[in-house]
Parts: sequence; C-alpha cells; structure tokens
Amino acid sequence: MIEWLKKMLGTQPSSNTAKERLRLVLMTDHLALAPEIIENMKRDLVDVISRYVEVDRQKVEIDFEREDRALAMMASIPIIAVNRPGGGTPADEAEPTPAAEAPPAAQATASPSVAATPTAGDPAKRKRRKKPSANPATAH
Amino acid sequence: MHELQPMHDESPAAAPVKLGRAIVVTSGKGGVGKTTTTANLGHALARRGARVALVDADVGLRNLDIVLGLESRVKYHVLDVLEEQVTLDEALVPDKHSEHLMLLAAAQTREKDDVDTDKMRALILQLRERFDYVLIDCPAGIEMGFKNAVAGAEEAIVVCTPEVSAVRDVDRVVGLLGNKFKPQLVINRLRPQLVKKGKMLSVEDVNAILRLPLLGVIADEPEIIVTTNKGEPLALREEGATAGAYHAIAARIAGEDVPAPTVESKESFFDKLGAFFGGRRP
Repeated sequence: MIEWLKKMLGTQPSSNTAKERLRLVLMTDHLALAPEIIENMKRDLVDVISRYVEVDRQKVEIDFEREDRALAMMASIPIIAVNRPGGGTPADEAEPTPAAEAPPAAQATASPSVAATPTAGDPAKRKRRKKPSANPATAH
Repeated sequence: MHELQPMHDESPAAAPVKLGRAIVVTSGKGGVGKTTTTANLGHALARRGARVALVDADVGLRNLDIVLGLESRVKYHVLDVLEEQVTLDEALVPDKHSEHLMLLAAAQTREKDDVDTDKMRALILQLRERFDYVLIDCPAGIEMGFKNAVAGAEEAIVVCTPEVSAVRDVDRVVGLLGNKFKPQLVINRLRPQLVKKGKMLSVEDVNAILRLPLLGVIADEPEIIVTTNKGEPLALREEGATAGAYHAIAARIAGEDVPAPTVESKESFFDKLGAFFGGRRP
C-alpha cells in the first residue's frame, strides 16, 4: 500500500520517510534483535505450524504492533488444509520425503470438506502441490 | 539495564512537611534543549509564586548557570554539598530576577562518577522539604550522570526535538525510566513551516511513536537564542507566544486544566489544493 502510494505520488515528503524509518528502527530496537533474526523467527514459526496444518507460506504475514508500552507480534498464517483427526500425520519432524508427502495430498483430494479453509482454492492447492515436490529436490 | 526506582515518600507517618515535587528533565540525546527548558520552566513556575530549586546534574559540563545568567554568582556546587564541604544554603544561588528561584550548580572540574548516588538522592529529598519544585537538569546519555540525575526524582519531563535521532533516544530513555516516573513530553524546536511542507516530523508524528502525555510544544524561535545569549530566559517575559507556551506548560505541571500549548502546524485542505496547483488558485 505504501509502495503503491509512493508510485502514485512520485516522491514522498521527507517527514514520511523519517516516520517510516523511525517506526522500523524502533521495532528492531524494542526487539533487540537484528532484522535477519526476525526473518529466521518467521521461518521457524511457519515450520512448526506446518507440522500440524498445511499453510500458505507465500501469504504468511508477520507484523509488530506497539500498544502503549507493549509490543505485540501479529502473525497471519493462512491455512490451506487440516488433516483428518487420527489420520496419517504428515512427516512428523523428519525430513520430508516424496513418500511422506503422498498421504496428505491424497487426503486433501479424498475429503475436500476437511480442507475447507478461507484460502483453500485451486491456485493455492496447485502451489501447495508444487512445494512438497520442490522440497525433496533441494534435500537431495 | 536495571530498573530505576523513583523516589517516593517513604514515611507517610512522619511527614509533617509537605514535600515538593522533584522532576528530572531528560532526553537521552544532547543538544535538544534540556537546559533551556529547565531554565524556562523554572522561571515559569517561580512566576506563579512557587518556590523552585534548579539543580544542574551535568557534572563536568555545567551550563544551567550561564543560561540563567548566574555564572558569576556561583561559588559552590552540588559536589561541595554532597561531600559536606559547604552547607546547602551556602551553595544555593538566588536568582537575579526571581526571589522564588534558586540554583544549585554542577561542579565543572569534576566527573560524573564522582557523584554518590545515595547522597544525591538524599540531597534532592532535602531540597523537596524546602521547595515546591525541584527541577533536575539531566546530562545527555544514559550512563552514571543520568542515573544520578534520576535518583532523587519522582517525575520526569522528556524533551524531544522533531528529529529521528532525538525521538529514538527519548524512546530509549522512557523505556529506562518506566511508567513510575510518569514521563511527560515537551516537543522543542518545532518549525511549523517545515512541518507544513512535509519536511519535519509533526507533533502528531512524534507522539504517534512516543505515546506520552504532551505537556506542550515550543517553537524554534530565534528569540530563545537571543535570551540565552543574554542569560535572561524567555519565560521571564509576560508577552509573546513562546513565553506564553512556557507559562502554559508550567500551569499544566501545576495541575491546571489548560490546553497543551502548540504551534500552528495544521494544513487545511485548501492549502494542499493551493500547493497542488502551484500556488495559483482559481
């Protein structure tokens, strides 16, 4: 949104730049973490959640909000699919292998009602299928 | 850093004397106008009839005396009192203009580490027994000088200019102080024309980040430089927008329900429209 505004207006006033820079710098000041650590945290967070449900990694959003003297981390992690309770769990914490990836994919197509989520759609499913096949390729 | 403890009345049973308020004026960053603000608020409070002590806690870099025009009258300083070389009465310098105002100067030839924090705390308490307000001019930084300046205080005024570095440092200092000091904000050196052009952070921008109770806004006025040159703080004047702003801030400190003084920085829709059409209006 901000990027779009910048494009529309050409250049933005320097006070806006100051505001945006301050916002970002204080975020990291408060966390006392370097920006790359936040990225790592985001990745690890998604990894952990992915053990239980299937998420759309492309649409994961992590934000930090300051309310009064407190800082809150807001994470938006769209869920693509939830496995049937008691069914085969996807790959536990082991490295994903083509064999381990097969059951959840089969499950999702076999029982679409289980996979009903706001973001569940054909493009998302295609993206999801592409992903498991990509992971073992990089692991090899 | 460890939590700083504000000085609160510890013995309500044995307190026949009503203690004055000890307020530290701080900012983290140097050069934002802490000393000028301390001097002007001191005069503005004294003008209301309150007994005010100004304490320069910037040991080694003393300046409050020269801003107040009292540099030639200073004989002893805060360390002389802390080390019991002289009494508090001998070290307190009466102001030239106001009979309600007194200065306790900093030591110029000593270092901040020479100050005993516990003794400083006791000294501020002693001053609170005699004055309605004890304003402590804090040095820049967050090291020992800051800790000593804060030691005896129970409230804080943070001075911030509309610059990224100052805002960031105030944010840090407020984090160190915590809510116990009830920090209140003075935005100093605002230039409304620059704010209007989008070249300077506005009051709203600054406080959207800091989220502090706003005491007031002081414009970047050449007069402040002139009055500092002369050693006659602007708040001594009865007239003028900036003097009035200091008076209003003093009233707010005293608990009066007056609006926070501000400087004109709002841009109307027609201003924007005018700017958009390059100043030509149909």
